[in-house]
Amino acid sequence: MSRNRAILGQLYFALFILYLLVPLAVMAGAAFNDSKLPTIAPWKGFTWTWFRELWADQTMWGAFLNSILVALAVVALAVPIGTAAAILLNSISGKVRATLYGFMVAPVLAPGLVIGISTVLFWNQLGRSVGADDFFLFGRGLHLSTLGQVSYISAYVMLLVLARLQSFDPGLEEAALDLGANHGQVLRRILLPHLYPAIAASAAIAFFQSMENFNVTLFTKANETTLTVYVFSQVRSGITPKINALAFLLILLTLALALVYEVNRRRRARIEAVREAEARRAEEAMLL
Amino acid sequence: MEDLIRRYGTGLTAVFCLLVAFWILVLVILPNFAMFEQSFRPYLPVVDIGGPKDVFTMGNYEKILANPVETSWFGIPITIPIHISTFVDTVFFSALVTLMTLILAYPLAYFLAKVANPRSIPTLLLLLFIPMWVSEALRAFAWYIILTFNGPLNALLKALGIIDQGVRWQNGVVTSYDAIVIVLTYCYVLFMLFPIYTAITSLDTNQIEAAEDLGSPWWRTHWRVVIPHAKPGIASGCVMVFMLSAGSLLVPTVVGSTKANWFPQTIYTWFNDALDWNTGAAYSMIFLLVCILFVIVMMRVFKVKLSDIAK
Amino acid sequence: MSAGIDLENVCCDFGTFRAVDNANVSIKPGEFFSFLGPSGCGKTTILRMVSGFIEPTQGAIKIGGKDMRGSRPNQRPTALIFQNLALFPLMPIWENISFGLEVRGVDKATRRKKAEDLLKLVDLPGAADKMVSQLSGGQKQRVAIARALAVEPSVMLLDEPLSALDLKLRQHMRAELRAIQKRTGVTFIYITHDQGEALAMSDRVGVMSQGRIQQIAAPRDIYDNPVNGFVASFVGENNIFEGDISPVADGMASLSGPHGNFRARILPDAQGKALKLYVRPEHTKLSKTAAAENSVEMEVTEVAFEGAFISVHGLASGGKRIQAEVKNDGVTQAPAVGEKVFATFDAARALLLPDANVRG
Repeated sequence: MSRNRAILGQLYFALFILYLLVPLAVMAGAAFNDSKLPTIAPWKGFTWTWFRELWADQTMWGAFLNSILVALAVVALAVPIGTAAAILLNSISGKVRATLYGFMVAPVLAPGLVIGISTVLFWNQLGRSVGADDFFLFGRGLHLSTLGQVSYISAYVMLLVLARLQSFDPGLEEAALDLGANHGQVLRRILLPHLYPAIAASAAIAFFQSMENFNVTLFTKANETTLTVYVFSQVRSGITPKINALAFLLILLTLALALVYEVNRRRRARIEAVREAEARRAEEAMLL
Repeated sequence: MEDLIRRYGTGLTAVFCLLVAFWILVLVILPNFAMFEQSFRPYLPVVDIGGPKDVFTMGNYEKILANPVETSWFGIPITIPIHISTFVDTVFFSALVTLMTLILAYPLAYFLAKVANPRSIPTLLLLLFIPMWVSEALRAFAWYIILTFNGPLNALLKALGIIDQGVRWQNGVVTSYDAIVIVLTYCYVLFMLFPIYTAITSLDTNQIEAAEDLGSPWWRTHWRVVIPHAKPGIASGCVMVFMLSAGSLLVPTVVGSTKANWFPQTIYTWFNDALDWNTGAAYSMIFLLVCILFVIVMMRVFKVKLSDIAK
Repeated sequence: MSAGIDLENVCCDFGTFRAVDNANVSIKPGEFFSFLGPSGCGKTTILRMVSGFIEPTQGAIKIGGKDMRGSRPNQRPTALIFQNLALFPLMPIWENISFGLEVRGVDKATRRKKAEDLLKLVDLPGAADKMVSQLSGGQKQRVAIARALAVEPSVMLLDEPLSALDLKLRQHMRAELRAIQKRTGVTFIYITHDQGEALAMSDRVGVMSQGRIQQIAAPRDIYDNPVNGFVASFVGENNIFEGDISPVADGMASLSGPHGNFRARILPDAQGKALKLYVRPEHTKLSKTAAAENSVEMEVTEVAFEGAFISVHGLASGGKRIQAEVKNDGVTQAPAVGEKVFATFDAARALLLPDANVRG
């Protein structure tokens, strides 16, 4: 009975993975098809043409650079904000905490276009009220895209860091204070090292969330374009398999990152297992 | 607050508070307030802003009632304003996407949490994560290729002899929203999977075994033991998927037919093509209100708190 | 280097709850002093007040004669060893130990040297570059002690540091802690709910209940001459008899109750209070015949072999439970279950005591 269930589950899992991956494989495959239209169905022969075209596409490279700049700015803002918010939430309780938490997670649930429109309207209105309508910082542009993205990506950082804080023993802070450390030293040597895995993970998530953000960026950007917006506009206005070549490269990058992550995880689990075994042996030796 | 100062000193506490205040006030509350306020003002040229014509008005909201068109719902012909029609379609098909992702994701979440070998879980999860790291624009594009008239799906079906004429999938077979529903389901199914998986993981396996030991059939075990425990995860997944689907601008534009309008597209038209930001703000307000309503309904239906829904 | 600690009329309130009520103690430099009591008695609060994490609501805490009010934990000459040790899991052992020096700006070579010296002191040489997760419970204990010693505190504060260890290791570490204290000469304040630990290690013990210090005395006095029923019960077993008191002479009094008339010691300041008679099972002898005084007949209900002694339980008239211990010396015979015997005790070994000292 339960064996059958396990087999059924594995089968379903395999089908599900297939369902997730086949479209991506189709898309990647079309990058090598010598056909003007992005497809694999009538296979017209293998070609590298689309990669060459992609390489020569200045707009794509400009958009790519913009995406990376925005993503870096988002990481630089959202990580400190989210971390500070998590530490703050972790030290307060009751109604104030619930209210703050509500305001912090609301942007995650709010649709991206609402964030985009409200950001544009607010900065525009601010510009008018200080009499600097035309000053570029108050108009649409990638800086507003950054702020709009920060407003919800900070919440991801906050949630990840808050989860990590649950496993933190505040006794460690007291121990450091007791040994003579000041508050800055406690933060730098005790709390932040504990949070680093979560901060690193949230920085990675913030970066990729920003890279693939579409809704907020579309509403807040001026004439510049980011990679996602570029793909969108290409799909909309007649498409060549150049995009497939781009997709293939991005999928390859994702796979490489996933592989590095997995290898690293296994190595760390092994080291930890060795350490624990040693502690057990020391324990037994002492009792003999 | 005292606890915070005791732990981190006044200087650091002030820094933390300033960062949080900047986020909550400048990036969240004030922009939404600005949108709320602007949605009640008429769309004016810059010179007239603050002038006598700049008065509070419901005009922007009334625009949604303009332009009645004839359409039909489930075969019943009906005449309603075009934007209302788009709005209702968006909400209905987003709910459908939510339901479909739930049906697809629940068995898999249960398998991962309770059936699969715990040691292989990190690897399996990673395998699921990979598609999620690929940009939504590209995932939608992948389906655009598959569903296109001369694409691989039609070719495959013709080769298998299931159809002899190509199907225009993007125009829809059952409704004109078919393609949108299929692709949104594909794009957001993992947002349903992970919260449910997390919720089921925290269920003590002994409870499932106890239910089976007491003679409960598998479906009753799920209905009475697993699903009640997974409720916060299900609510969280439903809210996420509904929000993302209803708020998607990319997918409907990439794979949707000309007959399938999605509400965010309407808002984008006001905002970007008509440059009427005020009406755009009013439509966004309506949209936001429905989203909040959906979250409240979900919290009521599943009897969960906001903190359960957001991870 | 080591300093004395004075608590003068110290009170600590949490809202309306008074956690510590009017504590007065004078701990001598270099003394091993334990606060003993059940959980919630206020002993941890005293420790946190001395280390500076809580300020007393009233009264003064002086370390080396200096009033500590207003000085923060990192400004006090104390080092705290936490119940869960609070070792920094992400630092290697030597960095853990020298953390207190690091924050004082000591250079790396000096820190390293100091850490290695301290590891020798706590009998853990060669562990400098290990991580915390590589150590056993007992080894972690030693690292925690070394870390606290590194800042050369005048006072070490230990918050039940042995409670996480298993029994055998705990007994081993008692001797170890005592030896380290003697070697370094630092004043130790030790918090525990385990009376065996407190009695075995300390120079003096302060027994606490409900926020009040009940008695401060050397371990032997705590056990043999408790000042009230709470202390007597907390540090050991007792047979307790109730009745009316009538004073005799020379610090003795008699008690007459439903189980007979007894004679026992009475403390001068206990005159006139409601008193009960307390006598320990190991001072309760069993015999086939009644003794001249302090004798109760009982029926044996349970005989439990404990190794070094045999514990005999019985019921006297009216369902009164009585417990006695028979030494396993190979000569004395323990009675059998169902047998009727007399439980007797020496008047000098029995005490008439009031209940605990609590706020009325």
